[in-house]
Amino acid sequence: MEIRSPDFAKNSSRALHDAQLQRALGNVKLGFIAKRRKAIDKLPEFERLRDEARAIKEHTLKHLDLYLEAYEKKVLEAGGHVHWAADARDARRIILDICREADAKTVTKGKSMIAEEVALNPHLEQAGIDVVETDLGEYIIQLRNEPPSHIIAPAVHLNKEQVEADFRRCHTGLPDGRDLDEPVQLLGEARAVLRQKYLDADVGITGANFLVAETGSSIIVTNEGNGDLTQILPKVHIVIASLEKITPTLEDASQILRVLARSATGQEFSVYTTLSTGPKRPGDPDGPGDYHVVLLDNGRSAMLGTPFEDMLRCIRCGACMNHCPVYHSVGGHAYGWVYGGPMGAVLTPTLIGIDKAGHLPNASTFCGRCEAVCPMRIPLPKMMRHWREREFERHLTPVVQRAGLGAWAFFARRPRLYHALTSMSAAVLRAMAGRKGRLARLALARGWTRFRDLPAPQGRTFQAQWQSGKRA
Amino acid sequence: MSARDQILHAVRRSLNAHGADSARRKAVAHRLARHPAGTIPERGQVPHRDQVALFRAMAKEVQASVDVVESTDDVPAAIADYLRAQNLPQSLRRGGDERLAALPWDTQKTLEVTTGASAGDDLVALSRAFGGVAETGTLVLLSGPDNPSTLNFLPEVHIVMIEADDIAGDYEAVWNRLREHTKGGVLPRTVNMITGPSRSGDIEQTILLGAHGPKQLHIIVVGTNRPGGKGSRR
Repeated sequence: MEIRSPDFAKNSSRALHDAQLQRALGNVKLGFIAKRRKAIDKLPEFERLRDEARAIKEHTLKHLDLYLEAYEKKVLEAGGHVHWAADARDARRIILDICREADAKTVTKGKSMIAEEVALNPHLEQAGIDVVETDLGEYIIQLRNEPPSHIIAPAVHLNKEQVEADFRRCHTGLPDGRDLDEPVQLLGEARAVLRQKYLDADVGITGANFLVAETGSSIIVTNEGNGDLTQILPKVHIVIASLEKITPTLEDASQILRVLARSATGQEFSVYTTLSTGPKRPGDPDGPGDYHVVLLDNGRSAMLGTPFEDMLRCIRCGACMNHCPVYHSVGGHAYGWVYGGPMGAVLTPTLIGIDKAGHLPNASTFCGRCEAVCPMRIPLPKMMRHWREREFERHLTPVVQRAGLGAWAFFARRPRLYHALTSMSAAVLRAMAGRKGRLARLALARGWTRFRDLPAPQGRTFQAQWQSGKRA
Repeated sequence: MSARDQILHAVRRSLNAHGADSARRKAVAHRLARHPAGTIPERGQVPHRDQVALFRAMAKEVQASVDVVESTDDVPAAIADYLRAQNLPQSLRRGGDERLAALPWDTQKTLEVTTGASAGDDLVALSRAFGGVAETGTLVLLSGPDNPSTLNFLPEVHIVMIEADDIAGDYEAVWNRLREHTKGGVLPRTVNMITGPSRSGDIEQTILLGAHGPKQLHIIVVGTNRPGGKGSRR
């Protein structure tokens, strides 16, 4: 998909002025945070499970090559096929080949962020295949030709009136006067339209939340049941997953499952957790005749052993974005590619390059909420700082910013000068602000004062107070 | 070099590791063979009678309905009653599962029962659960010649029979039973863990039941509190 991450500032500004979007983003703040809190309060072992989950992934990543080999062996034993894809292009080619082999005209898809990452849909569509997203949120954004704006709630940026308009535009052949005011009516219509697609599909493509080395199973977690209908009805099931989805055993997957749904939607457990192992067996009345797994690297192997290795623990729950003040303000599309929020700010530069995604790790207040809620205890702010450092080292930071930082560094290395200058500036600002104590306008600070007043510094500087021993 | 070897090579280079390193191989083989359990929530670690009660309560929390009958002989009548109460036709589709086949269907003359996978035109399906997990009110169903997985998803109403004896406290207990069941071999093609009826929150974060799968999930628990059931994990 088109990369619009370099336009982060412009995208954000547009998002802040989009009233529809701002209304929809209110649902994120209201819903996810409270539901997660409630679910966690009901499970006293939650913090211990977070530690277990982190330890499992750390162990797995340290032995990733061996677990990949063990997993592959089990898939083959179960009669499945494993395809290795070094990058997005390989993955697209492999999947198109399987679809052609199956003479596929219609392909249904469960929700997969990896499929978004490799831009699978346009590739299959160009080859004349009808690709149908079946997750309700993904289906809605497919009708709108938009990328997902959230990793678990892809249409969270939309309001029901927008969905209604899309259904009226795309579901031709249904009565014009039908009532679509309520979400339940929209759901009913999508259910009916998609039901036929499931039955028509030649190939079903899903992602995976886990690949279990012990059994060779792929596990998907859904609430709608769309991922299941996608994989049991067509004659071919293709799983696309990145390397780090490997989990050693069913027990290990269970540990992580206990933190996944609670962190994501605040459910104790998702409605459908499905283990798929190979194709259907002799005598099975349903299920796919062929089972393929496409294992995607696309930069993961290069992240191992670097400061960004921790990011490979990510289980895509979305808790970091649900709790991020920047995400709350601008939504997922502003990030300009597949992944948004704090996890996107860390992952996107590794996948598309810091030269294109440099704004993303800068779009953080460093409030630390993302790390505090991450079930896998990924140090997201620390990694954003790593990216800022790299960006600076590679001279990718804008000239004005570099000059500003350079000037600051000059003074910071000369404490006396720094002290004199800050005391003086504080006094000047105070004088300018007058009795109100606030500045409505200030040279070089229009970016701030355009939207709010700048409070003038009050009292003496911190250093002056420290010197005089007033440390309370 | 194949893509496979390239990727494995790249992983090993990043990890600064060698595939032949015996300590690493031992650690992996050990974990796969021993599958250590980790942290198990206390809530399910109770006597079997309480596990069954917890299972029922948790299933209701996620909008499943739950009925309890004394013995398998009571199941057809319980199903007929449920269908009547829901204003549904006296008709269902089930798999050929031997325990479902052995139910006294002839006691319900008006109940029409067909067997086999679903093609999408059945309103009501009946399945048998392999296990249940009290911790979250989760059913575990296995696919097989007599247990079509289409029955779990295509019909609007899904009725699942579970014997109380098959309810355990936690997922790990079910995995151990599954390993015994498959004698260490390949898992069934599909293992479905089902926790409540299908739902979606994709439109304005409003949770609605019946997204693509069943709109209703009705669980019939057979027997209640057999002492010494399979509920204990170890």
